[in-house]
Amino acid sequence: MLEITGLSKSFGGLAAVSNVGLTVEEGKIISLIGPNGAGKTTLFAMVAGFLKPDSGTVMFEDQNITGMKPHRICELGMVRTFQVTQPFAKLTTLENIMVGAYCRTSNRELAEANARRIAKQVGMKASLDQAADSLTVAGRKRLELARALATQPRLLLLDEVMAGLNPIEIDEIVDVIKKIRDTGVTVFLIEHVMKAVMNLSDYAYVLNDGVRIADGTPTEIANNPDVIEAYLGHGAAERMRVEGSANA
Amino acid sequence: MKSLKSRNGLLCLAGLVLALLIPQIIDNNFYIDVLTLVLFSAFLGQSWNILGGYAGQFSFGGVVFFGTGAYASSILFRSFGIDPWIGIFGAIAAGAAMGAFIGFISFRYGLKGSYFALITLAFAEFFRIIANSVEFTGGGVGIFIDYNPSLTQLQFDNPAGYYYLALLMTVISLLIAWWLERSRFGASLVAIRENEEAAEALGVNAFRCKMYAICIAGAMGGAAGTFYTQKFLYLDPPIAYGIGTSVEMLLVTIVGGLGTIFGPLVGAFVLHSINEVARHYLEAPGLSMIVYGLILIGIVGFLPNGLIGLFRRRQKKMAGGDDA
Ligand SMILES: Nc1ncnc2c1ncn2[C@@H]1O[C@H](COP(=O)(O)OP(=O)(O)OP(=O)(O)O)[C@@H](O)[C@H]1O
Ligand SMILES: [Mg+2]
Repeated sequence: MLEITGLSKSFGGLAAVSNVGLTVEEGKIISLIGPNGAGKTTLFAMVAGFLKPDSGTVMFEDQNITGMKPHRICELGMVRTFQVTQPFAKLTTLENIMVGAYCRTSNRELAEANARRIAKQVGMKASLDQAADSLTVAGRKRLELARALATQPRLLLLDEVMAGLNPIEIDEIVDVIKKIRDTGVTVFLIEHVMKAVMNLSDYAYVLNDGVRIADGTPTEIANNPDVIEAYLGHGAAERMRVEGSANA
Repeated sequence: MKSLKSRNGLLCLAGLVLALLIPQIIDNNFYIDVLTLVLFSAFLGQSWNILGGYAGQFSFGGVVFFGTGAYASSILFRSFGIDPWIGIFGAIAAGAAMGAFIGFISFRYGLKGSYFALITLAFAEFFRIIANSVEFTGGGVGIFIDYNPSLTQLQFDNPAGYYYLALLMTVISLLIAWWLERSRFGASLVAIRENEEAAEALGVNAFRCKMYAICIAGAMGGAAGTFYTQKFLYLDPPIAYGIGTSVEMLLVTIVGGLGTIFGPLVGAFVLHSINEVARHYLEAPGLSMIVYGLILIGIVGFLPNGLIGLFRRRQKKMAGGDDA
């Protein structure tokens, strides 16, 4: 469904993403993980048309979308959410979601009906008439998700929709995402909440310092020494192995 | 909510009937003239409101469309003998074309916020200087327009005629704003105003929407230009492209309420009223301007959503009280 090859982006001298390739298979939930500053958001931004890659290509459903404008990519059926939520602050939740719904119809009644249905799906029914800038963090994250979903994507890119949520809220969102997948939408998500990654993903890619260092099923990833090193620092994998055998 | 909506509809209808009857009720040419100017201001304000209030693209040179339209119909008449009632469509086209030109240059290169405001100001100044230095605009001497009252000239032998023309234009501008509030295009403009990047992510073609918005603003400004010249019978570069008009356009809208249907109309009415009253009752020269300025600061400073915002707050409170 999504095929990225040799994607690179530098800011000044800093290589935020270097020569990254990966594939997202249709109907799956794929995770992209990595420590802070690994280049995950930058990768999403390039895929969704917000940043021009220095090199590499992005293929979406066998179409080359490299360098295409975000709104065109959205029309094609791929949409992203923002890690730092970007609500239309002065509009209500309903109006926010309707902007997304208008992507597929110019009919107001239809857009509103779709927006209401999606609000229900993500559990925002109660705050439909609330101004977006008065929503809680959890509410804003849901709103990001709802708006994106309202554009009726086939591929949904979620950038840390669980950051800042409490465990109960996380469980709720995990549930929502699973249900989204079950409706046939492919999900590609960036996440730091490991429990959610383990629980949700069919497959995961790991980025560190802009480089793809590992990929596999969540269990494979969790046991990959390179990944443990990347997260916990040099020598961590070795220490854990030693401690593990000492405990046994 | 339903009853509130139908009540607002009735209010609009009542307002329109009242507006239509005013020349019969008020038999005073001075007041009719003032009200005509209020409507004219409201119409120009709405042109600014579509781009500034709804789409969030503040311009300091909104007058540029007005001036272009004014010259277009005047020159069409003077040089080609085209009557203003047809010429006004030329003015609308010229205003829209000017919108497309400025919009393309500004939005293509991603100019936003104060940069956009400044470039529109620069364009208005640029065209003022051009109009001053070329022959076919009459240069600094300006253009005198013949007075032949008739509908084809959009000229009238009594103030009520101008009043009704201004009223028609204002009603059309209100309908345009009403349509914006109910359409996908309007929702896109508001989304762009609130967060352009997020709008783009959700499939909004921000460049195209902003282009349409500035063309509509331009078309309206152009129509206003024809109205002005046919009423005041004279046009020169400072009138056509003066910064005063640009400021008035944004002021009536901000005072009344940005991005609201009735904001420019309410703002125009209130500001013109204050202006007239201050001028009438304050003898000392300049004092009226000071009072006018103070009231303005008060409104802008204490009512972030304009007078319409104040009204909405009260309405919401009342609606909340009904529910409880
Ligand atoms: N617009 C930019 N200009 C300059 N540097 C940038 C820009 N965007 C990102 N960077 C840098 O690129 C690197 C990768 O950033 P990115 O936001 O992609 O990381 P991330 O993996 O999403 O991190 P996090 O988990 O903290 O969100 C960081 O070092 C960041 O400082
Ligand atoms: Mg990030």
